[in-house]
Amino acid sequence: MGNTMLEAAQHQWHPIASSEELEYRHTFHGQLLGREFAVWRADDGNVNVWENRCLHRGVRLSIGINDGTELTCQYHGWRYANRTAGCTYIPAHPADSPARTICNRTYPAVERYGLVWSGEAPQGDPPGVALLDGTDVLSLRPIPVNADLETVHRQLTAYVFQPNEGLDGAKAAVSVETSGDLSIGLSSVSGDCKTQAVFFLQPVDSDRTVIRGVLAGMPAHKAQLDVLHHHNERLSALRERCEAEASQLPQPEKLQPVIQPVSEELAGMPEQSTSGRNADLRVKIARKWSTAEGIAGFELVSIDGQLPTFQPGAHIDVHLPNGLVRQYSVTNGPGETQSYKIGVKREPDSAGGSQCLHDDVREGDVLAISEPRNNFPLRRDAVKTLLIAGGIGVTPILSMAQALYHTGLDFELHYFAQDDSHLAFPDILETLGDSLHTHLGLDPEETEQCLEGLLADYQPAMHLYVCGPGPMLETTRHTADRLGWPDQAVHFEYFKNTHEIDDSTSFEIALSRSVMTLQVPAGTTIMDVLRDNGVSVPSSCEQGACGTCVATVLEGEPDHQDVYLSETEKKRGDRIMTCVSRSKSARLVLDI
Amino acid sequence: METAVIERSACADSVLLNDWHVVADLSALNSERPFETRLLGTDLLIHGAGDRVRIERKCDSGPVQISKKYGFLWACLGDPDRDILHIPEAFETDRFIVTGGSIAVGVSGLRAVENFLDMGHFPFVHTGWLGEEPHTEVPSYKVEITDQDEVLATQCRFFQPVASPTASGGIMANYEYKVSRPYTVALYKTNPVHPDRMDYIALFVQPVDEEHCIAHPLLCYLKDNTNEAELRWFMQLIFAQDKPILENQLPKRLPLDPRAETPIRADASSVFYRRWLRHHNITYGAITAPQ
Ligand code: FES
Ligand SMILES: [Fe+2]
Repeated sequence: MGNTMLEAAQHQWHPIASSEELEYRHTFHGQLLGREFAVWRADDGNVNVWENRCLHRGVRLSIGINDGTELTCQYHGWRYANRTAGCTYIPAHPADSPARTICNRTYPAVERYGLVWSGEAPQGDPPGVALLDGTDVLSLRPIPVNADLETVHRQLTAYVFQPNEGLDGAKAAVSVETSGDLSIGLSSVSGDCKTQAVFFLQPVDSDRTVIRGVLAGMPAHKAQLDVLHHHNERLSALRERCEAEASQLPQPEKLQPVIQPVSEELAGMPEQSTSGRNADLRVKIARKWSTAEGIAGFELVSIDGQLPTFQPGAHIDVHLPNGLVRQYSVTNGPGETQSYKIGVKREPDSAGGSQCLHDDVREGDVLAISEPRNNFPLRRDAVKTLLIAGGIGVTPILSMAQALYHTGLDFELHYFAQDDSHLAFPDILETLGDSLHTHLGLDPEETEQCLEGLLADYQPAMHLYVCGPGPMLETTRHTADRLGWPDQAVHFEYFKNTHEIDDSTSFEIALSRSVMTLQVPAGTTIMDVLRDNGVSVPSSCEQGACGTCVATVLEGEPDHQDVYLSETEKKRGDRIMTCVSRSKSARLVLDI
Repeated sequence: METAVIERSACADSVLLNDWHVVADLSALNSERPFETRLLGTDLLIHGAGDRVRIERKCDSGPVQISKKYGFLWACLGDPDRDILHIPEAFETDRFIVTGGSIAVGVSGLRAVENFLDMGHFPFVHTGWLGEEPHTEVPSYKVEITDQDEVLATQCRFFQPVASPTASGGIMANYEYKVSRPYTVALYKTNPVHPDRMDYIALFVQPVDEEHCIAHPLLCYLKDNTNEAELRWFMQLIFAQDKPILENQLPKRLPLDPRAETPIRADASSVFYRRWLRHHNITYGAITAPQ
């Protein structure tokens, strides 16, 4: 094959598989111009045509496992996502947050005439073939031939076959209707019968070509096998002629398609992450299920030993395969120490944390998580406890409710949700008996009225715990305040800090115990400055919602920007969330 | 289209030409029929067995030096620069010294060495034996170049469902790996019965040509916990599991360009190995890095 022809072939569309060859959950090995492809159909119908090499150590992905949504490499279990070919999981480092995008090379794929079309860098649309348009087609079994494209092309122009309806009729007259570099259209006539066919040539390598024939018009069902058989025989004979001819020619040099190098950034070995979010535990997803509309439940079991103890209200950091770290409350009841159960709501407009858990992570996967931390502790000395949950905010509340229930303490759980189908963990709710009160489908105004009723008669030693979406939390806190609940009796947990953080100030911090004075410039957090100077700071949400990064203030006036501390606590000014809050005074002395 | 032509030239690396390589397991030879093999692209015929062994080149009359050690027949195509690797463990009397697991693999011998250094594939390729999901994590370990110019990985730990051919139940196994020559690698592994001592496996990889090799394992296992038949069986099982994966690596030669593949922390030993090969200008079985 001449070099110019090769050059041209690179920019053309070629059939690389028949649609039938892409069986359910199968991975197909395709090849074109010396380049190998892993071709697989996901359960959503999408056809993936990828470079046939795992980016890790070059193992062929065509021997990988197609689970319907991802392709898993056989060597080290790296997983690549449908469509993007981005790597979603590296089992050797379940805790890693690889801030890198490892993405395999993909090629376009179009299905037409029962064939999958692709190419190195094809231009425009796959070729339309007038002979085949507007009619049913039957694709023949692909015939691989150990001969170059030109030889096969030449032989095919002399291919003789009988029309579908006249397999046993008089010898057909076959004429060439169309002829291009990569396809030949033939028409066969015998008596009244006529069949047209197009034979596509797939240049697998310089010395190997696959013939993919497509007949215009679908023969009657019963005759199909006979037609296929007829072509099989004739094309096999043609193959032999081609191979005999090609063996007389000098052996062409095999094509060596260039494999793109990975990016500079990927070539280096990543360092272990040094963030203060620890991820000491390895857990396996023992169960993943849909617990309510848009909410997935995950049961996490330890892969090496016992999970640490949690308390009601505790959360864990989950390190996701896509590099994000997210906090989820443990929903377990007391004594349920074999696993952690968490609930994850799909947030369509999030940065991808919940989506990753919903779409990519599955049963059997290993995740890295932090030990449970409790910044939302439950007092057990209340005469009565009111638990108020909105939507997915029910997760820490569930743990609390079960704890209270089991110890026989007086409590009510008020669960606000859209409707029945949105009530998460119905199996747990069922166990709470009369303590559970659901409030379904209320608008903000109705919610406020309802809360007013619930909070109406505050008695000393009552405690209120609330978790839910920001606006509902604000309403609850204000209502409680208005109705005489003291600040210390109102406990809340935000999912996230939605306030805009003002980090334009600069100030000085003095660390009393480590005897250091450091500058915090605008745009940098206290936490960053501490870490840059070797002071380790535990953290979790890093947005002022969870309370993990708290530090004690000895001197100076904090500029609170978190949603963790209550108003009273903020006024006291003796604690600060170092991840978002800053200083109003020029200098802040911290007990660190 | 850019095309690169694979060159199948003879070996030009004097380090390899002037070194000893295993070319046969002595027990596989017999005096009736000559044994054919190939070393560094050179076809060889091995005549005789036992005490009377002779090697000749098939295509020319050039010399071949021969030696016998550790149950193997060794050959050197040039003038040996150094002795066959000394393995103290092979002389300890409380160990079984076992060969018989030689296996031909259609991939560069350097890829085979790298696979031997790699713990990350245990749960996927040696499922149920050397690893098992979900215990897939490769904890960080140390790699260094020793004073003797070897690549040494220490403090390697990996969960192993079966501690040894005779043990039952999972353990955290401790490993140490050492690459002492380009095609020679060894591992030390804590013995499950004598935690203070280590079992030893050397892998002598015969570079048949740039894209084919024969891996010749030598096991020096403490006798206490096993027997020779079981060891041989286990070793053959493990290597048979690696073979189909290795034969599906693209390209077949080991790329030394850091941008050819994507290393992760678990691959620290292979990163060192590749760097060390670059440093020693090894080209045979490799795709050299662009300058
Ligand atoms: S080569 Fe594919 S996961 Fe390692
Ligand atoms: Fe292996």
